[in-house]
Amino acid sequence: MANKITLTIDGHQVTVEHGTSILDAAKQINIKIPTLCHHEDLCVAGNCRICVVEQVGKQTLTASCATPADNGMTILTSSPKIRRARKDIMALLVSEHNTQCTTCYRSTNCELQILSAEYNVDNSIYMSVLKKDDCEIDKASWSVEKDNSKCIRCQRCVRTCADIQHVNALAVTERGKDMKISTFMHLPMNEIVCTNCGQCITHCPTGALTERRYYDEIWAAIDNPEKHVIINTAPAVRVALGEMLGYPVGTRVTGKMVTALKKMGFNSVLDTDFTADLTIIEEGTELLGRLKDALVHKKPVSLPMITSCSPGWIKFIEHMYPEHLGHLSSCKSPQQMFGALAKTYYAEKKGIDPANIVSVAGMPCAAKKFEANRPEMRDSGYQDVDAGLTTRELGYMIKQSGLNFQDLEDDDFDKIMGESTGAAVIFGATGGVMEAALRTVYFLITGRNVPFEHLNITPVRGLEGIKAASVKFENCLPEYSFLEGVEAKVAIAHGLKNARIIMDQIAAGTSPYHFIEIMACPGGCIGGGGQPIPTTNEIRQKRIDAIYAEDMGKPIRMSHENPEVAQIYAEYLKVPLGEKSHHLLHTKYRKRNRY
Amino acid sequence: MTQKPKKVDIIFSPYSVAPYQILKDTMKRSKEEVIAELISSGLRGRGGAGFPTGMKWKFAAEQKGSVKYVICNADEGEPGTFKDRKLLMSVPRKVISGMAICAWVTGSTQGFIYLRREYKYLVTELQKEIDIFTHHSKEVGLNFNLQIFLGAGAYVCGEETALIESMEGKRGEPRNKPPYPIQNGFLGKPTVVNNVETFASASMVCRIGAIEYKKFGTSDQRGSKLFSISGDSPKEGVFELELGMSVESFVSEFGDGDTKAVQVGGVAGFCVPRKDFAKAIIGDGNTTGGSTMIFNSSRSMYRVLHNYLDFYAEESCGQCTPCRIGCQQLLKGIEAVKKGEKPAEYLDQLLKLSESMRLTSKCGLGQSVTNSFSSIVTNFREEMIF
Ligand SMILES: Cc1cc2nc3c(=O)[nH]c(=O)nc-3n(C[C@H](O)[C@H](O)[C@H](O)COP(=O)(O)O)c2cc1C
Ligand code: SF4
Ligand code: SF4
Ligand code: SF4
Ligand code: FES
Repeated sequence: MANKITLTIDGHQVTVEHGTSILDAAKQINIKIPTLCHHEDLCVAGNCRICVVEQVGKQTLTASCATPADNGMTILTSSPKIRRARKDIMALLVSEHNTQCTTCYRSTNCELQILSAEYNVDNSIYMSVLKKDDCEIDKASWSVEKDNSKCIRCQRCVRTCADIQHVNALAVTERGKDMKISTFMHLPMNEIVCTNCGQCITHCPTGALTERRYYDEIWAAIDNPEKHVIINTAPAVRVALGEMLGYPVGTRVTGKMVTALKKMGFNSVLDTDFTADLTIIEEGTELLGRLKDALVHKKPVSLPMITSCSPGWIKFIEHMYPEHLGHLSSCKSPQQMFGALAKTYYAEKKGIDPANIVSVAGMPCAAKKFEANRPEMRDSGYQDVDAGLTTRELGYMIKQSGLNFQDLEDDDFDKIMGESTGAAVIFGATGGVMEAALRTVYFLITGRNVPFEHLNITPVRGLEGIKAASVKFENCLPEYSFLEGVEAKVAIAHGLKNARIIMDQIAAGTSPYHFIEIMACPGGCIGGGGQPIPTTNEIRQKRIDAIYAEDMGKPIRMSHENPEVAQIYAEYLKVPLGEKSHHLLHTKYRKRNRY
Repeated sequence: MTQKPKKVDIIFSPYSVAPYQILKDTMKRSKEEVIAELISSGLRGRGGAGFPTGMKWKFAAEQKGSVKYVICNADEGEPGTFKDRKLLMSVPRKVISGMAICAWVTGSTQGFIYLRREYKYLVTELQKEIDIFTHHSKEVGLNFNLQIFLGAGAYVCGEETALIESMEGKRGEPRNKPPYPIQNGFLGKPTVVNNVETFASASMVCRIGAIEYKKFGTSDQRGSKLFSISGDSPKEGVFELELGMSVESFVSEFGDGDTKAVQVGGVAGFCVPRKDFAKAIIGDGNTTGGSTMIFNSSRSMYRVLHNYLDFYAEESCGQCTPCRIGCQQLLKGIEAVKKGEKPAEYLDQLLKLSESMRLTSKCGLGQSVTNSFSSIVTNFREEMIF
């Protein structure tokens, strides 16, 4: 029992593992202690002080999130002293706050708002100490908006950016009354080393960090009869959108989402999965090309090859490892492939002037807003993607449209570019791109399906930060005989902290892998910076389970079997990595400043 | 006749023995014996919290692991305190001896003097002293490397965990305790942090013995202590006094004949009004850093408090809610009462707030604001209002 701790909380004896906080010990017996700076993804901060409890025998109150349970402790979680103290803390936070809940994006989803309501805070006790400077909202970034007047200085964003993402874009500056969260040299968010991943947003308890919103522009386009407005939605959206609309976490709402978007006036509701499948064909071909160059032609090629679907990851490597950009696949992300094809292939097939197409992407992501605005993403002759919307924005748009979402019938995506496979669906979860790629690449090489039951390549699944697996190619088709007996080593990393580990291996020349999937956000897109808040590991897992359930339910589960993909090659692109593909589906990366 | 405070001459007494003789003699005894001697001397930390020094060293000695650190806290940021500077200038060997003895009993081989940046001009002399020490330590076979670390320049960096954070190159923000530095300090290793005077006093205990040392002071405040005396006093400066004197006796010696209040223990301490001079004892848990400010009747206690709160609102590290916002509210609040924008009763709300700050703040800074706030507001309420 050396590793067990027994303490008394509100008269109940509790036995917990050594190292458990008082907060978590209380949770085990269903006692809820309010928190603000605490987030289960993050290291302990203990700075908001709302979680204080009484530790009998101690002069001051104890921050339960920051204090490990100890043998013989006697804890009270509710007492006059605690209630007064917590109420004072709430009143202080409110006195520093720009309390304009009515116009705040996080209203009804704000931890500060919920607690101040619970504690019935009297806003008139203390005078406002809100600083004027803090009221200037930083709207310079395409992706992240920062409003210090809504910031409670909990440092969740700082810890997220430092510990989960290893980017350190946000930091605490100044002291005392002037202490605030700021950037390098107080530069605006678009001028700093920020990957736009939006993890700070999903970890922020308030409206201080939000994604830049574009839905008013989208409504305007929908309302404009000249415009043909199309939307493609990413796989991770359909397993999380329900959380915005009253469903339990992990509910798949694909069909209702399609119906809602159609009813809202989108002229065509399409599936990013189509270009996810296309990505697999292009990227798989690229990988096989690199392997052939290395093994047959003995050319110096960049291996391992790394996926390029995650724009947060792309910006990270551009800033942090610009000398290793050659490892990236040249494939655009599915969103950008979609955009480029929407204003070319789709426009041609539908006979619509691409100038009149407004192409919207419904994404679990904040970085995709930035990506849509990259100057190189205009290969169609227009801005390929006009706007990226987060799952949250989509949820709000559906609410704004007055639809009773839960009562909607299911519908299917429109054609063309609406066909998807299970392989594309799993792009939304960490390991999914790898699994989809392996399903197809293995088939291309051997003419057989991957040797896993039901095509489920379980070693690449799950929430572990870095996963590694290998697949041996045997009895290869003649054209791939150079791969006979080769054991392809692959790795999957999610969360940029883990991406850094992978990159440091590559930089050191010790990376044993051939192919690596990297996603900026923990859990992959299902945990993206544009997903419903909160996101925790439990929630990530439920969304992942929903993704794999969606995959299992698909009649086609391999990208190369997507009929629309076959069609686009036959009618338009001709061959993978062909001239058209090269022009529309592939891109280049750029070196960015390290600081 | 009020009794005059007893001046003592231990800490500043000229070196009476050869350099590092105290260290050499001490190392002839057993470590347990030395720790026991320190515990029995009743010496408490001179940096603020007043933790029994012998106990701290004992806990540190008991920590497992071969890497441990000893840090001398010479951040001396408390307004009105300047005794640590004087110690480092006039008797650095006593301080260094104390550190070396600490290293020896706790099993540490690396020490730092965390020197307030404003004291940079002391570095050259201090480094010379360190070199001399290094020479002597080799003679006795003590492996203890000593380095100077220049501080980050914030009051809160004097708080031991913020100090450690700043030494690790991070922002000077206090950590959550537990774990305490003796468990998990600099670079995650057991670390003893003591004030400059604490180390000097410890070496003096080793020299004269606990029995002699205990002859000074009262039953719970043993020995002598340095006081930095400032304000309306004809005798400003640093004095070594026996602990346990009344404020009355203190004022009779250091006041200018018109003393209306004494702030004992710096901004983090208490304000004693004239009516309490006879019963208030200096050394009764309120000495902290030893800063003692004397105010005569020409002083506005509103201004005094305003200065303190201004200082706090600037010098709080700002991480925790009660301290960051509470300090601003107290400051704004007394201004509003003074201007008549808030009723006098608002002071009672502020007193409650300062109590919440004491209960919930993360470190000693936020926890101690209420000391000066409540003692000044309660004792000089009219001055706050009119
Ligand atoms: C805000 C704040 C500032 C402090 N500043 C100092 C300081 O300048 N010097 C010091 O020795 N202790 C200072 N302390 C106390 C230290 O945290 C710590 O208790 C002390 O260094 C321990 O040494 P001691 O046991 O020898 O007193 C400060 C504490 C707080 C809360
Ligand atoms: S951040 Fe929360 S409390 Fe603040 S205005 Fe927005 S909803 Fe209200
Ligand atoms: S921006 Fe949000 S997460 Fe960051 S400190 Fe402010 S309230 Fe906390
Ligand atoms: S009490 Fe003040 S100085 Fe201490 S940690 Fe909190 S904000 Fe920082
Ligand atoms: S939740 Fe514990 S201090 Fe913030």
